[in-house]
Amino acid sequence: MMEEVKEVTSTLSVHVHNIKVTEVLKDGDTLTFLIVSQKLSGTGEHHVDRTYEDFEWLQQLLFSQEDEPGIQGVIFPSLPAKAHVNPSAKVMKQLGFLGLGEWQLYCKALESYLRLVAAHDILSKNKAVEIFLTSSEPPGRHRAKKNLFNRLSQAVEERRKEGYKDVDEFFQTERNHNLVLTGYAKTAAERFLDVVQSEQKIAVACAHFSASLHLCVDPGEDPDKQAFSKACVKLSEVFDSIKKNMTSVAENNMNTLGLGLDLESRCQEAEREMLFRRTCKLVELEAARRNAEKAKPLKKAAMEEAKKTAEIEFNHICVVAKQEVHRFRAARVKMLQHALVQWCEKQLLTAKESADQLNQQLQAFRGIP
Amino acid sequence: MAEAAREPPPQHTDFQELEDGEDLFPEPSATPESEPASLAAEDISTNSNGPKLDSLFNDEDPEDLFAEATEEVSLDSPERDILLSDGPSPAITPVTPPCSATTPRLGHDDMFTHSSFDEIEEEEGGDSFDMQISVSDPEKVGDGMNAYMAYKVSIKTSMSLFKSHEFSVKRRFSDFLGLHSKLASKYLHVGYVVPPAPEKSIVGMTKVKVGKEDQSSNDFVEKRRSSLERYLMRTVKHPVLLKDPDVLQFLESSELPRAVSTQALSSAGLLRMVNKAAEAVNKMTIKMNESDAWFEEKQQHLDHLDVQLRKLHGSVESLVCHRKELSGTTALFAKSAAMLGNSEDHTALSRALSQLAEVEEKMEQLHHDQANGDFYLLSELLGDYVRLLGAVKAVFDHRMRTWQKLQDSQILLQKKREAETKLQFNNKPDKVQQVKDEIRELETKVQQGERDFDQISQTIRKEVSRFEKVRVKDFKTIVIKYLESLVQTQQQLIKYWDAFLPEAKAIS
Repeated sequence: MMEEVKEVTSTLSVHVHNIKVTEVLKDGDTLTFLIVSQKLSGTGEHHVDRTYEDFEWLQQLLFSQEDEPGIQGVIFPSLPAKAHVNPSAKVMKQLGFLGLGEWQLYCKALESYLRLVAAHDILSKNKAVEIFLTSSEPPGRHRAKKNLFNRLSQAVEERRKEGYKDVDEFFQTERNHNLVLTGYAKTAAERFLDVVQSEQKIAVACAHFSASLHLCVDPGEDPDKQAFSKACVKLSEVFDSIKKNMTSVAENNMNTLGLGLDLESRCQEAEREMLFRRTCKLVELEAARRNAEKAKPLKKAAMEEAKKTAEIEFNHICVVAKQEVHRFRAARVKMLQHALVQWCEKQLLTAKESADQLNQQLQAFRGIP
Repeated sequence: MAEAAREPPPQHTDFQELEDGEDLFPEPSATPESEPASLAAEDISTNSNGPKLDSLFNDEDPEDLFAEATEEVSLDSPERDILLSDGPSPAITPVTPPCSATTPRLGHDDMFTHSSFDEIEEEEGGDSFDMQISVSDPEKVGDGMNAYMAYKVSIKTSMSLFKSHEFSVKRRFSDFLGLHSKLASKYLHVGYVVPPAPEKSIVGMTKVKVGKEDQSSNDFVEKRRSSLERYLMRTVKHPVLLKDPDVLQFLESSELPRAVSTQALSSAGLLRMVNKAAEAVNKMTIKMNESDAWFEEKQQHLDHLDVQLRKLHGSVESLVCHRKELSGTTALFAKSAAMLGNSEDHTALSRALSQLAEVEEKMEQLHHDQANGDFYLLSELLGDYVRLLGAVKAVFDHRMRTWQKLQDSQILLQKKREAETKLQFNNKPDKVQQVKDEIRELETKVQQGERDFDQISQTIRKEVSRFEKVRVKDFKTIVIKYLESLVQTQQQLIKYWDAFLPEAKAIS
């Protein structure tokens, strides 16, 4: 998906743009994903297998780069929710498109995640990324530290801060815009999923009808019976191809625009998280400033110190955040364009194939005496 | 079939076609005084007799029906002969007969004697079938619960059977039911497969009467309009029914006597009575000595076909349902895409998303239209044939009953002959004379019964053969239409995708 080839500054030893999640293996309750990456030097490949816990381990380490200035201003690539072997209805709803089929879309989403992480200036420098992609040993499957970075999912009082008025017009605009887009993107993805599921149901109904028609075939000698049987067989074939067509249409939808909308939705959420972190920092900063002002002479120096730290941190975050926002804006337009073009091309091809086939079958049907 | 490409907007087809009305009006067959099972079998034929019909619909002395019925155990009541030899079925509510009925067409009085049927059918020398019927322009007449829909029935034909080549009349639903009840009463019991009339629906009609101008009422009216059209076409395509004076009157006369109490004789009601009668017949353990393997084989074949058609119908209904669902989900997605497009900053992306919303809206309409195709072509075809099979089964049942009557007469004759011998032996001359008279009567009856049985058997053979041929032809014609609709849909889709692609590529 992402065509960023900034490998010169990356510390990774693999190509970024063709990291692949090729397979998923089921072992009892566990899903294991096979990840293949191409070595930068020479023609070798890395094949590693990772579970979801490994991905979480990676994400945690990326979150906890406290020494990296402005790390809170990074829009972290969104890791999809955990997939289960026998997912409950709740999990399926949460996964949306990614829960369909035999995890093909889920693998693609994990792939996007890895590519985005590996392509990120700041994140790719974390050794955890290299280890994750290349180490043959599973990178420590211990319980991950509690995630302090997704603050939006935490206490309700925290969430109230989300509406806190900004001091910077650029960010206020971005926050407003993001809030709107997050909602619409999520709805669009959900509704598109409904479309796909309707299409799949139609495919099933067609298969049913096709099978029922086949049962109507009568081996009798009677010319009328033979004529009817022939017609049933032909019609059964027609509905078979309609079923195949519908299945293709649904798959095209899932693999292109479906994935795209899903990614867009999760990325908007990720941006929302980042903006919220910044807002919280802003709240802290303003509190620190007030404290410094009101401080009694004894505490004044300490308060001033705290205020200065907060200011520096906040400024770092703002610098990173602004870059991230610009990068994000460009990246998502590119991603959506790619998804839309692919979607349209695939559907156009499928429609043409279907039209040809139906035409042939129509002629054949007309030919029956 | 004059199924012009209407743009009907039916959405939900979950009207339970209720077997309604039967409970609202005293249904004679529902309250038999404890009579032997054969009485139940009598109900239909006695109902079909002229004078009895009057008493039925006048509602004055409902008991009369039963009083008369108890006297005549056999179906060869004089009333029936009247039916067979007289002119057109007696008017339900007598009104000045329209002029077309008074001009006898083809040996009017001969119309109903059995042999004439054969003559009419072999008379192919006349017109070949060329007729187009369309039912259109549903119009609400009146207000409140007395309101009804009037439909325009337009006929285009070159056949000399009709006075003009293009003409139209206004008819309401009960007129169609009235026509069917007349045809059923005249032809079913002699073996002709009379196409069943469309089902009644209290729910659907009430909505329309109450004036609910919503999508579901429109869908209901359209569904009904279409089924009325198909019903008429099937009826006129039957060479014998086409020439029936009631059919001609229905098609041509501007005023039609109002068919009253069609509830009791709606096709559903009729079929129910047939089924009840059939059960009663079975309970009498008729083990009909089927001398003709053809009938047994055909019965099996038809039962098998019934099962298959019902299954197919179920599958198609499922398809229609999901296709409509797809139309709905596409519409919702289109709205989402529009909202995304409106909120989008990036100009080219915003434009593309808005275009996406438009494409999806067009696809919503496409899916909706295709769902109509699924329904009106495939689903209604299969449903019609399931119902038609009911009529075919009814004639088979009538044959069974005809056979039973013959058996009864033969047994009775045998008994009388034995009685005669006994009486002669005991030397009771006046009683012997009485028995001899009875025997003579019974011999005539038996002969008539044999003729009836032969006739109905012959007619059924022809009818079933015709049914099978028409079925295949119908099936093919409609499937071709359906395939054409599918091809058209695909080609439209291609156009839409073609138009969208440059928009998508233009984003950058």
